[in-house]
Amino acid sequence: MHGLVNKLVQSFIEDIYNPDMWDAVVRDSKFEFRDFEAMLVYDDDVTDLAIDGAARVLGKSRDMVLEDIGAYLVTHKNMEPVRRLLRFGGHTFEEFLYSLDDLPDRVTLAIPDLEMPTMEIREYTRHNHTLVCTWRKPGFGSVLLGMLRALGDDYGVLLMLEMSRIVDGKFARETIKIELLEIDFSEGREFHLAADGTG
Amino acid sequence: MPLHIQISDLGHIEHVGPTLTKLCNGKQVLGRRFLEVFEVRRPAHIDSFTALRRLENGPIKLLFRDGPSYLMKGLFVQLESEHRILINLSLGVHVVDAVSDYDLRSADFAHSDPTVDMLYLIEAKSVALDESKRLNARLEGAKVLAEEQAYTDMLTGLKNRRASEALLAKLEQSSAVFGLMHLDLDYFKQVNDTFGHAAGDHVLRHVAGALKAATRAGDLIARVGGDEFVLVFCDCVDMVVLDRIARRIIELLEEPILFEGQICRISASIGATLSSFYEHARINTMMNDADQALYISKDRGRARHTFFEPQL
Repeated sequence: MHGLVNKLVQSFIEDIYNPDMWDAVVRDSKFEFRDFEAMLVYDDDVTDLAIDGAARVLGKSRDMVLEDIGAYLVTHKNMEPVRRLLRFGGHTFEEFLYSLDDLPDRVTLAIPDLEMPTMEIREYTRHNHTLVCTWRKPGFGSVLLGMLRALGDDYGVLLMLEMSRIVDGKFARETIKIELLEIDFSEGREFHLAADGTG
Repeated sequence: MPLHIQISDLGHIEHVGPTLTKLCNGKQVLGRRFLEVFEVRRPAHIDSFTALRRLENGPIKLLFRDGPSYLMKGLFVQLESEHRILINLSLGVHVVDAVSDYDLRSADFAHSDPTVDMLYLIEAKSVALDESKRLNARLEGAKVLAEEQAYTDMLTGLKNRRASEALLAKLEQSSAVFGLMHLDLDYFKQVNDTFGHAAGDHVLRHVAGALKAATRAGDLIARVGGDEFVLVFCDCVDMVVLDRIARRIIELLEEPILFEGQICRISASIGATLSSFYEHARINTMMNDADQALYISKDRGRARHTFFEPQL
């Protein structure tokens, strides 16, 4: 997995909890180094070790940690560049949902080494969608769940989300049901295409 | 098409796309002559409507005469049946500035236009590049540190044999003048035997301090063996100066060294040579000659300095 993913786990722990907590994860996972490098590529195992270590140290389930990471990606000020890149996808939350089909390709265009799961958005009614995420292991779905919930707040809409999962040896399919309850629920957060610090 | 211009059969602007309107700086352009509002850069010499009329369908580059300085490129099409002209434009690389200057939104660009993808790409690459630069800086720092450590004698903090060899190789390549000194401590073995290795280590550290005190900041002091040292004096041709330094070193080293209540006494035997003694200074030769001079110092009773002399 790309260093960015591992670095994300580290940043999440350091920013939401504190650096000592990350030291605890490093010890628990028996890593030989303290810091991940965002621009290097690591073995898949390393990411799993980091997440499992985080789950143990925090006393939460893997899924809960992954969901929190998803929310962190959208809400924390240190992750502002990520939030911006997600909001490029759509002016409204609905538009954003449709852009999820393109998200993996866009990310690959920007960072070719960063592997992304396959994502497919299906519309049932205007306010009912499902997002199907397929990858060789479960986990991304939980991150997306946390991310979508936080993005709902960011766009100012009220959502109901539910995830189900099928794991079948070589692959995992995670399906998130997204129901848009209210479009103008709250102000949401501002976003400008221009990256000059105002949004 | 948010960035289009529709021109009437008489050359007046009939319609402009909503995004282009935003770029007009609030000025009214509908009804005005196209060539009054815009300057055509390519193809060249389009100074009149007649010239515009004769243009074939194809690429066009134009710019506002009184507006943002973005050179816009697009497609020029003659709508034959209606005698109208349609130009569909793109901001190209200027989209980054335009988005910032005019607070444009994703809705201001055609869905068939990869503009938003391009902005996304620019931003994502820029974040990735920043992170890469930081990684490079960290790696550079680590490399410098590693090199430092590779050239350092851990016990004394002086340079080591590798460092002296590297410097001498460089000096041999250039036509620089320099002095070379080989120094062996006298009676050091006795200190170790009598007072133990901790005392020996303490003495070595003391020696390092003395050598630094007697030499200039730019001179290289390397510990190349248990009690053996090599000193390289850059820009040195003066035997008198080098001799003075050697005597000073011996003077400092002969001062009694205190360790845990015990007094340790040492001295030094020194052999030196200068690159200016040779027509073509070769490191191997100079090292041998310095060694020879060192041997003579020992042979004559130690605690002294000898210069290499060719006839020896």
